[in-house]
Amino acid sequence: MKLKDAAHLFRLAGVFGVGFLLFLVVRTQLVPKSFGQYGHYRGDALTEVRAQPISYAGHEACEACHSDVLDVKSKGKHARVNCETCHGPLAKHADDPVDVNPAKLDVATLCVRCHEASTAKPRQFPQVVSTEHSAGLACNECHTPHSPALEGGKK
Amino acid sequence: MNLTRRHFLVLVPAAAVAWDSVVAGTPEAAPNYKTSEHWWGMLVDIEKCIGCGSCVRACAKENNVPDGYYRTWVERYRITEMNGVESIQVDSPDGGMNGFPEVNEPGVKAFFVPKMCNHCADSPCTQVCPVGATFVSPDGVVLIDEKYCLGCRYCIQACPYGCRFLHPEKHVAQKCTLCYHRIVQGLTTACCENCPTGARQLADLKNPNDPIHEFLRHHSVQVLKPHLATGAKLFYNGLDGVVR
Repeated sequence: MKLKDAAHLFRLAGVFGVGFLLFLVVRTQLVPKSFGQYGHYRGDALTEVRAQPISYAGHEACEACHSDVLDVKSKGKHARVNCETCHGPLAKHADDPVDVNPAKLDVATLCVRCHEASTAKPRQFPQVVSTEHSAGLACNECHTPHSPALEGGKK
Repeated sequence: MNLTRRHFLVLVPAAAVAWDSVVAGTPEAAPNYKTSEHWWGMLVDIEKCIGCGSCVRACAKENNVPDGYYRTWVERYRITEMNGVESIQVDSPDGGMNGFPEVNEPGVKAFFVPKMCNHCADSPCTQVCPVGATFVSPDGVVLIDEKYCLGCRYCIQACPYGCRFLHPEKHVAQKCTLCYHRIVQGLTTACCENCPTGARQLADLKNPNDPIHEFLRHHSVQVLKPHLATGAKLFYNGLDGVVR
């Protein structure tokens, strides 16, 4: 067999070779550097998800300044209810305690969110029918929210 | 709304850099975080859940979840038995965000079930993604790469727990990130932070000092749809057999 007869095969191989090289070039251009760093995904995606700012500062941040409230709260029935559950997201306040101040709370809506009676709630959880419980008095007329148990031991 | 997304992606890293330098009371900054040292899951204690919706509200605020969509939600199960036949009703008005209106039915078994992404170790959603936009991170959190997501919705169909949705403006799949931006800082998730009864607890399964191990030794926990072998890491204590 003469080489001349196989020339068209070499040309074809050449076309494939060029195509393959082109594919490699385009691929390195298109695939981000961090792809495959941890698995079949972009490693930078982890950093991007982490970069989201937080809204809730976390109770440790609150307690660092408000130790007086912590003292009251830690002895009461609400010891394990964290600050922002009632006071709302306050990372901005933790960041800038002077200019950003938390809004005043409305006990009428806050207390019943948890304590309104419901058959689906665990039985040992303290619940009241709000319309019958206090004869129209606001919750904080009798209970202090940071330590809600009444004197004399009654919940 | 592509403009907003672009702005968001530019502004968020900038905000994060600024945040890192000024944040007060952050227990641990992210640079010290090693993905290889953690394996995240969560414990949900049904017997403690009061259906107040604090977790749903906290999640929505922390993660800017669009109205009408939920990364976590609370379901109320009501089971009545009549002549040996069980009838099960499940409701979740606004994802349980504003609590549940009381239904006075005598003789009903009722309880709340908080739900969210199960952060499966062998998750069906990551297996079907055609572009590698969703994945299990080295520390066991199922995340979405919003830049890579095509919005094809395949993962939304694949999730057996119904935990994913298509963001109405960004047109990318979204779901619970287990507050990844918080846990790498040493904080707990927004839902756990705000659960007033401790019904939800973030669990680091690789940390031998995590209280989860003590809890698992003394309680019988269950995951949802165990027959699917998804490797779900959302452990339920006190889960009733009817819950799907």
